[in-house]
Amino acid sequence: MTPLSITHFTLTNALGCGNAASLEALRTGRSGLQPCDLENVDLSTWIGRVAGLEDMPLAGKLSAYDCRNNRLAQLALQQDEFLPAVKQAVERYGSDRIGVFMGTSTSGIATTETAYRTRDKGALPAEFTPRYTHNIASSSHFVRDCLGLNGTAIAISTACSSSAKVFAAAYRYITAGVCDAAIVGGVDSLCLTTLYGFNALDLVSTEPCRPWDAQRNGINIGEGAGFAILEKPQDGDSYPSLIGYGESSDAHHMSTPHPEGAGARHAMQQALERAALEIGDIDYINLHGTATRSNDASEDSAVCGLFGDQTPCSSTKGFTGHTLGAAGITEAIFALLCLQDGLLPQNLQTEQQDDSLGANILLDQGRRELRHVLSNSFGFGGNNCSLIFGAAA
Amino acid sequence: MISVTIEKIGLVAQGINNWQEATALLQSETDYQGGELPLLKPSMLKPNERRRTTRTIKIALQAAEEALQDLDNNESLASVFSSSEGDLDIIDQICLALTEVGRPVSPTQFHNSVHNAPAGYWSIGAGSRQGSSSLGGLDGSFATGLLEAAVQSVVEQIPVLLVCYDQPPPELLQPFMPIDEPFSIAMLLNAESDASMARLNLSTLPHGTESRLSKPALETLRLSAPSARSLPILEAIAQNRSASITLPYLPGLNLQAELQPC
Repeated sequence: MTPLSITHFTLTNALGCGNAASLEALRTGRSGLQPCDLENVDLSTWIGRVAGLEDMPLAGKLSAYDCRNNRLAQLALQQDEFLPAVKQAVERYGSDRIGVFMGTSTSGIATTETAYRTRDKGALPAEFTPRYTHNIASSSHFVRDCLGLNGTAIAISTACSSSAKVFAAAYRYITAGVCDAAIVGGVDSLCLTTLYGFNALDLVSTEPCRPWDAQRNGINIGEGAGFAILEKPQDGDSYPSLIGYGESSDAHHMSTPHPEGAGARHAMQQALERAALEIGDIDYINLHGTATRSNDASEDSAVCGLFGDQTPCSSTKGFTGHTLGAAGITEAIFALLCLQDGLLPQNLQTEQQDDSLGANILLDQGRRELRHVLSNSFGFGGNNCSLIFGAAA
Repeated sequence: MISVTIEKIGLVAQGINNWQEATALLQSETDYQGGELPLLKPSMLKPNERRRTTRTIKIALQAAEEALQDLDNNESLASVFSSSEGDLDIIDQICLALTEVGRPVSPTQFHNSVHNAPAGYWSIGAGSRQGSSSLGGLDGSFATGLLEAAVQSVVEQIPVLLVCYDQPPPELLQPFMPIDEPFSIAMLLNAESDASMARLNLSTLPHGTESRLSKPALETLRLSAPSARSLPILEAIAQNRSASITLPYLPGLNLQAELQPC
């Protein structure tokens, strides 16, 4: 495929607001996880929480969109000079020629949870406006309005692969000429549905998560948002780029991954083929690595089956928690930060790798020049997406 | 401009069991009469999987199954599923459970609560390991899904199954979500085809007025669910005529579909 330049990006999560906070944490091994203190939650677990969202209501013409999820999206958009970069892109392409591609799993469902909790004589409160908050498309409509864009927009919701797939969708829309440039992003925020839902599946850990560890016992749920601008490459560009993507389905089970990771392997293979790379060209794999017993085993089987046991790998869920629909964009931007910095992040919190898992897991961080990084995102429903990013020329 | 062909169609609505019945209705002089929703019993799932599914998943799969009934290459199809609100029964039940002591959220309901649950069940039933995207687009859900499926088909040069579906909300959510009737439409799209019903040329168009249907009850059906905004395209296909159709897509932006019968 023809690479797309990633001309600007920004990331906000439990590590802090903006790229610098995430990079500093990855470099120093600082986790953003904390004991769960979310209002109305009585679970013993750890979460990756973004501070202060409760005090950041959306104002003015965007106030109809006010909910935790859109607040988090706005907070992320305000970092790293992202808004001025969008403005420049609008001057270059026009506001109708820049597409918005958002991934989210639960959008603003926390608003609906609150509406149910505060029923009046059995009915939901009249001020409940789910089309601006709860609806999946609330995220893409909000970002489109917030950025003053009036071209194409899409909201993808495929659980934990949602905001990885936005890169593939944006590539196709640009290739087909539906738009000339793309804002890709993802946002998911803490809510009771996912905390108690994953708890009902016995997948929530009472400790900071430990992907690939022999003693791993589940996920920590996090929240986060990230955005990137994708453009066709220009002569003389010096930007990192999207060079490959692969999308697949497990066709196996709704919440349990394929035992040998067949769908995951298919997604990674496709990404390599699109990038015209061999397995030895991949310098680092950012794993999906949720720290559940079955997810890590399945992904390990897929990675080792395709790459063998040499390629350096780590999951960064121990830093941010599992940001679900925002995991794709979060780890895509981690990949870009690592490419820029020559950083191989450690698989935080993992003490001893499970003997039955063969991938080359980085228990300590490393440093070296990186050319190509692969990032995996896999979701419920057996929905898989792998992305490959290349370093700036 | 994006140009694709429509090879197959499946449809489920109240009083309309399948595309053949829809064709007869859309060709006739008489208006839509409504009726009972057909029994939703997609056969592609094993009984243990089917037991876990909901009326939302079933109506999506039933239309998909009809569109693909004569095909033997389901495993090679990519898919796009689009729904304005997803599975509101599950959202309702989970949100109610979250107000109860102990928050007794059902694990099966939780994994079915993902917006891509129908797509996941379809890939399992069809044995498709191809990519699958699930979208939401409020009133523009059909146009959103149609454009995404068409772009995938053209750029990736693969056949793509599009399924757009809605079920009316449960009682608590009814005042807040404008879905009055169940509706599900499936289309098999392909960039090039020897056996297509029609060719669609798609482009986005600022402003303009969305296409309406002349028969009052049919127009009411069109407005009853975002997936039913597909009816002007379906009417032109059923009547085997060219048409220029404007579909609601995004605030201030429509999807223009130029349709030519094949």
